[in-house]
Amino acid sequence: MMKKILLVLLIAAVYLAHQDSWNWSKADPMIFGFLPVGLAYHAGYSIVAAAMMAVLAALAWPKHLEDQEK
Amino acid sequence: MIPVIVILGYLALIAFIGGIAFKKSKENTEDFFLASRSIGPLVFFLSIFATNMTAFAILGSSGQAYRQGIGIYGLMASSSSFVIPLTIFFIGTRLWALGKKFGHQTQVSFFRDRWECNHIGTVIFALSAAMLVPYMIISIMGGGTVLSAISTSPETHQALIAYPVGCAIVAVVVTLNVFLGGMRGTVWVNILQTLLFLCFGAVAVAVISHKLPHEFSYYMRNLAADPKTRFLVTREKMPPQVFWSYTLIPLSSIMFPHMAIMCFSARRVSAFKQTVVAYPLAILAIWLPCVFLGVLGFATLGKIPDPDGVLLRLLDAYAPAWLAGVLGAGIISAVMGSDAHQVLALSTMFTRDIFAHYGGRERFGERRSVHFARGFIVAVTLIAYLVALALKEKQGIFEIAVRYAFSGFAAMAPVMIAALFWKRSTKWGALAATLYVAAFLLWTALMQTGHKPGDILWQAGDIKVFFINPRGDVAFWNGFMTVLPMVLGSAFCVFLFSVLTPPPSAATIAKYFNATAPHAQP
Repeated sequence: MMKKILLVLLIAAVYLAHQDSWNWSKADPMIFGFLPVGLAYHAGYSIVAAAMMAVLAALAWPKHLEDQEK
Repeated sequence: MIPVIVILGYLALIAFIGGIAFKKSKENTEDFFLASRSIGPLVFFLSIFATNMTAFAILGSSGQAYRQGIGIYGLMASSSSFVIPLTIFFIGTRLWALGKKFGHQTQVSFFRDRWECNHIGTVIFALSAAMLVPYMIISIMGGGTVLSAISTSPETHQALIAYPVGCAIVAVVVTLNVFLGGMRGTVWVNILQTLLFLCFGAVAVAVISHKLPHEFSYYMRNLAADPKTRFLVTREKMPPQVFWSYTLIPLSSIMFPHMAIMCFSARRVSAFKQTVVAYPLAILAIWLPCVFLGVLGFATLGKIPDPDGVLLRLLDAYAPAWLAGVLGAGIISAVMGSDAHQVLALSTMFTRDIFAHYGGRERFGERRSVHFARGFIVAVTLIAYLVALALKEKQGIFEIAVRYAFSGFAAMAPVMIAALFWKRSTKWGALAATLYVAAFLLWTALMQTGHKPGDILWQAGDIKVFFINPRGDVAFWNGFMTVLPMVLGSAFCVFLFSVLTPPPSAATIAKYFNATAPHAQP
């Protein structure tokens, strides 16, 4: 149960992180010198989303569905 | 001339792939529509990704970034990288399992059986087909436009491939590929398409950076320093309400018939595991360079008449001709990849959910059903081609229809979620939600055509509930997109009408919920 709650919180946290109001009017710092911070943040967000999916696939994979493969 | 040669070579390759897939095919519908549910993990990922990536991912994203700035990535790409893998994880895997166990090949056949009702399937089929057809037509229009644009000589301004010929080439190659290869031919082409896409962005950025007179940082700093262009490197002009509402749009992905059908085609459920992790990274690889180049295009080229062509113009100015050819092939490939899936999905639904369901299969047999599907593919592509020619000047109408189709499919997500996860959901709940979505779309279309920006459509007291925004689209309270009331209203309809009506039989509930429950027996 605890695992489920933590995973739901993880999904909620990643969702909330999408609404980065603090970057709304900012262009600086330019990451690597040329990527405006709002763009770099959301590029990083895609990597975080992939990491979240890796965690879900490792800890909450619907293993029972593999029965249908037989 | 070089880009045209690259593209024509690519098109010939696609037709050839269709021919090879044809040799591997068997004369039954499961093989034709789902490649015998045999798609392996890597091909599954490349194909499901290509299914979702239309030409918009390259041309539209850079064009929108040129107009609105870097916010487009967060608006469309990073929201998709969060939502789409989640829907594949929670919905796609369950659909796969139910398809494998009960032989479903489309969402419609699942809905029919799950809610013990033929009509609900037919209504959902009609709505899905109505939302998919404009998408298909616009794919052919897009293909014709791109071929014509790429083959236009800068000196004479004459197109080597005229628009009607370009549309015809796209329609014929798609038809050949799908007609001959079915799902197998389509996914093989998708492999090529996704690989082309994934490489293109990085190569384009590298080549363009090499030829530009200044470094990227110079252009970005200039944009940030000028108050008139600063919005391009921030989100100053992007309403937060639109940014938030947009996170609901990717819910549409899994509800597109071609996407759901792809989920049925996997050989093993483990194919989904790699897909959900790789999906956000693939979005990053394609969208980040395109959005960046769109903004860079404004900084380097200044004002241009056709923002969606910014990438082509950048390549013209700063890249060798072969790269423009690769881009053209990538765009055509994206147009045709998604078009092929749409044509195949329509054919699958029509053959399985209408023709076979209403007795055609018993009367004519499996082999004839495949012939019927092939005939349908030719007919539907021919009609789409003729419409693309006849209504070329009305392309804007189809573009609006496609925009609303995304909201419409997103609003159907609560129906799918209820079918998979809520035992108590009923056919009446699903029917109410479907009719609500259809009615809302119709109402929006009527309002959109009859009003101008600023018009209030419905006011309650001081609150403007619906109005036309400055862009000319129907908007919801406080500037939210209409997808918000559509999704919420659909979820409310499923809930309300389900609790007010009798639940499905215990046998059906046991059938579906034991099949996907953690301790189900195989």
